[in-house]
Amino acid sequence: MTLSSTSPSPQGGGPVLSLDHICKSFPGVRALNDVSFTLNAGEVTALIGENGAGKSTIVKILTGIYVPDSGEIQVGNSPCSFSSPRDSWAAGIAAIHQETVMFDELSVAENIFMGHMPVSASGLVDWLQMRRRAAELLKRIDADFDPDAKLKQLSVAQKHMVEITRALSHEASVIIMDEPTAALSRNEIDDLFRIIAQLKAEGRAVVFISHKFDEIFRVADAFVCLRDGERVGSGKIASVTEAKLVSLMVGRPIDQVFPKRDIAIGSTVLKVDGLSNATEFADISFELHRGEILGFYGLVGAGRSEAMQCLFGMTPALKGTISLNGKPLSISSPGDAIAAGISYVPEDRQEQGAVLPLGIRENITLASIASHVKNLFVSKSSELQDVRKLGKRLDVRAANWEQQLGELSGGNQQKVVIAKWLAAKPKVIILDEPTKGIDVGSKAAVHDFIGELAEEGLAVILVSSELPEIMGLADRVVVMQEGRIADIFTRGAWSAEEIVATATGAQKVA
Amino acid sequence: MNVPVRQAIADAAPRKMSDWLLRWETILVGLLIVVIAGNTAISPYFLDIYNLSDATYNFSEKAIVALAMALLIITREIDLSVAAVIALASLATGLAAESGAPLIVLLVVGPAVGIVCGAFNGFLVTGIGLPSIVVTIGTMSLYRGLAQVVLGDQVIKQYPKDYTAIGQSYLINWPPLPYSFVIFLVLAVVFAVVLHKTAFGRKLYAIGNNPVAAKFSGIPVERIRFLLFVLTGLLAGLAATLLTARIGSTRPNIALGWELEIITMVILGGVSIAGGSGTIPGVVLAVFILGLITFGLSLINVPGIVISVILGCLLIVSIAGPILVRRLLRGR
Repeated sequence: MTLSSTSPSPQGGGPVLSLDHICKSFPGVRALNDVSFTLNAGEVTALIGENGAGKSTIVKILTGIYVPDSGEIQVGNSPCSFSSPRDSWAAGIAAIHQETVMFDELSVAENIFMGHMPVSASGLVDWLQMRRRAAELLKRIDADFDPDAKLKQLSVAQKHMVEITRALSHEASVIIMDEPTAALSRNEIDDLFRIIAQLKAEGRAVVFISHKFDEIFRVADAFVCLRDGERVGSGKIASVTEAKLVSLMVGRPIDQVFPKRDIAIGSTVLKVDGLSNATEFADISFELHRGEILGFYGLVGAGRSEAMQCLFGMTPALKGTISLNGKPLSISSPGDAIAAGISYVPEDRQEQGAVLPLGIRENITLASIASHVKNLFVSKSSELQDVRKLGKRLDVRAANWEQQLGELSGGNQQKVVIAKWLAAKPKVIILDEPTKGIDVGSKAAVHDFIGELAEEGLAVILVSSELPEIMGLADRVVVMQEGRIADIFTRGAWSAEEIVATATGAQKVA
Repeated sequence: MNVPVRQAIADAAPRKMSDWLLRWETILVGLLIVVIAGNTAISPYFLDIYNLSDATYNFSEKAIVALAMALLIITREIDLSVAAVIALASLATGLAAESGAPLIVLLVVGPAVGIVCGAFNGFLVTGIGLPSIVVTIGTMSLYRGLAQVVLGDQVIKQYPKDYTAIGQSYLINWPPLPYSFVIFLVLAVVFAVVLHKTAFGRKLYAIGNNPVAAKFSGIPVERIRFLLFVLTGLLAGLAATLLTARIGSTRPNIALGWELEIITMVILGGVSIAGGSGTIPGVVLAVFILGLITFGLSLINVPGIVISVILGCLLIVSIAGPILVRRLLRGR
């Protein structure tokens, strides 16, 4: 392993790793077709593309999980073949995954050195040296936690730092970050970007995968764009605009946010008064009208999802009243909320929204199964009527309606989850981060669809951390800060600066 | 990218012969045919209708409990205390018989005890939130321990004739069908319909595949799991009533080790121990396979201990086999 033992070359160095004409097929799918690109030392390369474009396949090939059908990987100037994750690791490639895969019950130091723990002369693990080296490495990225802490005590952001430290412990020359910011707050993202800058300065090549363009433009030097398994563009990030990248990804120009529809706001549908629970939020009061889209904006941890889940009956309320169309509601379970006409599309699609091993049909009718019972039995033909209608309306792309939901792309999974909640025929629909982690094309479809729902007279609550999304779609925005409503803004009388300042608790812009 | 003209999405994938052949139930049918052919070849007594009828005694009581256990395992829970519940329910039946209770009481007391035991398990798991494997290892000792404390080294044998007749005579004389076997068949049909055709069954699969998403979809996850523990207790109590009537006695070690035989039926039937998948037809086929292998081997005087070695190997081979075959197919 000659490559990584010497210190990587300084910033702006030559190629560290290149892919030449890589092809990879799975039964029925050509995942990658003749893809080539080069990673340079001291550069951050953004790997972009819609879900299903082939980004994950590239990551899996680089980390030795898949073997390409043809083509060559070169590390430094010598061709390499990785037949296992160990080979790739030994060649100096480290990956930081979306959902960190580490050992919760082990210490930070053990996680960092898993697989290559320092060994003393007697053949036992040299705990003293391991702890000392772990502390040194953590200090290098200004991580201020104890190497002896158990991993499960750390936040997601801190776990990312452990993974980065793990890569540093091996002097990895290529570090792949697959949507590292997905679960991070604003401050944590700043920390991560500071660390990325440091990795660059040390001459490492970083691959950065993200759906968020502001991040890509902030952190990346170069980009490689994939579409349908082919490279459709690459170059310096300074030479492109966001619009150009988007059109490369989807193959056609696309509006990031659909124009706001002109919808008459009707009578009050939902009235929430003084809703509080023990710790996370207090005194939440608002009114929601027919045809209205009410945005909920705030930082991670502001209590938006918690308040919505309480409204939906997942968690008990301490006090407060909820009324729907003037009638007081008592909601003690999601079943009560659904029966009353409230649907909640949860934030965590994989864990809370979708039942991935079941089929599309079974997922779509899950919350409304009682309406398909004819003479005690579930009528499949009645189910299929709903499924075909909703599937078509949301433009779900699938082989057939019995296909396992887990086989679809993230965007299509989200469409199926939304379809499930529409099948329950709600009066109020709460969408919690409905476009998180889905590709641009699906995102636009979801935005368009939210407008359509309001047009049909539904009352919509849109919880989102993306300001353009909220400002593009909502009629009013409730801004939450530390569990309370800080202010409510109305379309036309708001500015992005004002909303962000309110959410962060900064002094209001005069 | 030009948006391609999209065709309507099909309702289901085209049916393929290979899918059907690789179904677990198909494999079990094949295995059952092999077992029947093998038994016919090794013993001339196997295909005798009265012998076959008597063979059902060996598995019907366990099979009744296996039906409820299958639902429990599909929802990611398990009940290891079922055999101990049988002991406690049998003891209660015995005490009732000693006090001269009428037939109807003797028939009801076992299931009633089962319901109480099941509700206690269900409360500990869903009310307090303890893992079911831990809870039912505990109640397994508790329930059987209670039975042993009351019984000491006694044996209860004073059962009235009209009660033991239920376990020792046929419900239908031709073809000769014992009470326990008929009850099993009827329950199997009911369970299959409930699991595969009703909204309740759909909810069980949703819970087993993703309990969090199921809860978010308005399914009362904990209430349903509680109900399944009560149901499992009820059927264990019913099994105790039938078993006690058949052997006409209650000993402290009654039904010892049955929980593992019952779980074996469920797992061999294709119910994933991780929850979320499995069918009642699969469990019924597994019941017949295990029952007939035991019967066939005992016809040629293979000792019970050897039979359990053979069944253990069968379980491992039948679970590992398809996984290995799939891996080989994929590796090509």
